[in-house]
Amino acid sequence: MKKTRTDYVINFLIGTFLTIICLLFLYPIVHVLAASFSDPMQLMNHRGLLFKPTGFSLDGYEAVMQNKGLWTGYGNTIFYVLAGTFVNMVFTIVAAYVLSRKGWRLKKQITFFIVFTMYFTGGIIPNFLLVKGLGILNSRLALILPNAIATWNLLVLRTGFASVPESLIEAPKIDGANEWQIMWKVVVPVSKASIAVILLFYAVGHWNSWFNAMVYLPSARDLYPLQLYLREILISNADVAAGDNTINYIGELVKYCAIIVSTVPILCIYPFVQKYFVQGVMMGSIKE
Amino acid sequence: MSLKADFRRNSWLYWMIIPIVIYYVVFMYIPMFGQIIAFQDYRPSRGILGSDWAGLENFIDFFSSPFATRVIKNTIIIALNEIIFGFPAPIILALLLNELTCQTYKRTLQTISYIPHFISLVVMCGIIIDFVSSDGVITTILSYFGFEEQNLLAQSKYFVPIYVISGIWKEIGWGSIIYLASLSGVDQNLYEAAAIDGAGRWQRLLHVTLPALIPIISIQLIMRVGNIMSAGAEKIILLYSPAVYESADTIASYVYRAGIQEQSYSLAAAVGMFNSVINLCLVFFANWFSRKFVEESLW
Repeated sequence: MKKTRTDYVINFLIGTFLTIICLLFLYPIVHVLAASFSDPMQLMNHRGLLFKPTGFSLDGYEAVMQNKGLWTGYGNTIFYVLAGTFVNMVFTIVAAYVLSRKGWRLKKQITFFIVFTMYFTGGIIPNFLLVKGLGILNSRLALILPNAIATWNLLVLRTGFASVPESLIEAPKIDGANEWQIMWKVVVPVSKASIAVILLFYAVGHWNSWFNAMVYLPSARDLYPLQLYLREILISNADVAAGDNTINYIGELVKYCAIIVSTVPILCIYPFVQKYFVQGVMMGSIKE
Repeated sequence: MSLKADFRRNSWLYWMIIPIVIYYVVFMYIPMFGQIIAFQDYRPSRGILGSDWAGLENFIDFFSSPFATRVIKNTIIIALNEIIFGFPAPIILALLLNELTCQTYKRTLQTISYIPHFISLVVMCGIIIDFVSSDGVITTILSYFGFEEQNLLAQSKYFVPIYVISGIWKEIGWGSIIYLASLSGVDQNLYEAAAIDGAGRWQRLLHVTLPALIPIISIQLIMRVGNIMSAGAEKIILLYSPAVYESADTIASYVYRAGIQEQSYSLAAAVGMFNSVINLCLVFFANWFSRKFVEESLW
């Protein structure tokens, strides 16, 4: 297609507009990063945009390092990410594999039985009472079992498994392999990409989750994940280190540092894994 | 083939799916039926089986309380704002990105636009609270335009705009992925043909690009409509305060307060049930509507 002069002008305008939009995406992150290295007194008096630290100090990071809650939370979150994602993956792989197989009679009914829960759920109160009734309230299991499968991820993985050629599955079957063996030895190894996708979805979900912990761990503060401690620091305005008077004047600073410390792991792996996430969204959009 | 023969032939598949079915029964279907406490005067000490029946009392209590109109109104207002402003935003971003000719530039912009999606809700709300506080960066900038320097989140009238705009910031890039994927599937010959027929840029957008997006837009809209009534309970709970309940308290946040904080389980379950039934109806309606008028549907 030939380009006219108007085309170039329009392209230029669109490019400029999008660049501004992108700077808006990045700005909050830049602001928080700059603020976290600032001098606490200068930061308190600072108004408006911030592109580089005003003054320089590491006082905020020092206070964060000494904040026990945050590190307890860090440890707990790592546990929930590892254990939770492991349980998620085992359940989701098995479910997705069975649902992706053809030729068993109840496939349609069981698929409906599972998909229906995406549209109609019990809601927060019955879920809470169930967790309480099972006796896992205030225990780590409460953050792992009730969410063992995210139906959306299950459907994404099923789509991935369904694209494995039938011949790959039939051959070992003739050699006498059972479905369990075929799943782990044939289908899972050739579906590494889709498995990576939902593994990342689950892991990020655990890392960022806080609501279930707030509801299911009402009196188990030592089991709180990182996000709940963060909520105390950022939102409930709890004193970061109660009893210490000097803390108030670096309170603002500590918030920024806590954000950076808790978000850095996600931002570090982000560039390497973002293409998997994108893949996942596209797989989820394939309708059968 | 009889069911029994099928069980025998595919016994491995059935053994594998049994734990999954048990999981869904325990963690999805039991709570679904657990909503029956909405019709009871549920006492934890007596359990579901031992509690007295209350008929529609909990529903009547809710609808005759001053909270009912407030939370229903707020839920609808927030949802409509999200659909009117939040829904088209990623489509517009995708269309603009699609106009870029330099692929590297396009990819860079895309990658940056996804980042906010991965930032946790707690962190995002912490940043919002800081930015719109009385000495926050957004408040300061707005004060140049004549706004008062005050905590914007403590003002009822600003809650919905803050909620919707921050939501767009977080999800616009991520939401655009799906539309960009559809756009990359559009046959380039269609554009050439349209150009030869004398279609300008704007006409190509209207007659080639947009029609290609209609199916995916419909599907996304159905899912969106189905979730209208459950609009972001988590984010509301993080952002609101009693000062702004007037415009910020929604059905979901009310259920949380009534049920989890005040332990009026039956009342909260009744409100939650009302909510999920409406949601289900909306999904069915949207699906029917879409199938009828744009011939696209979820099922």
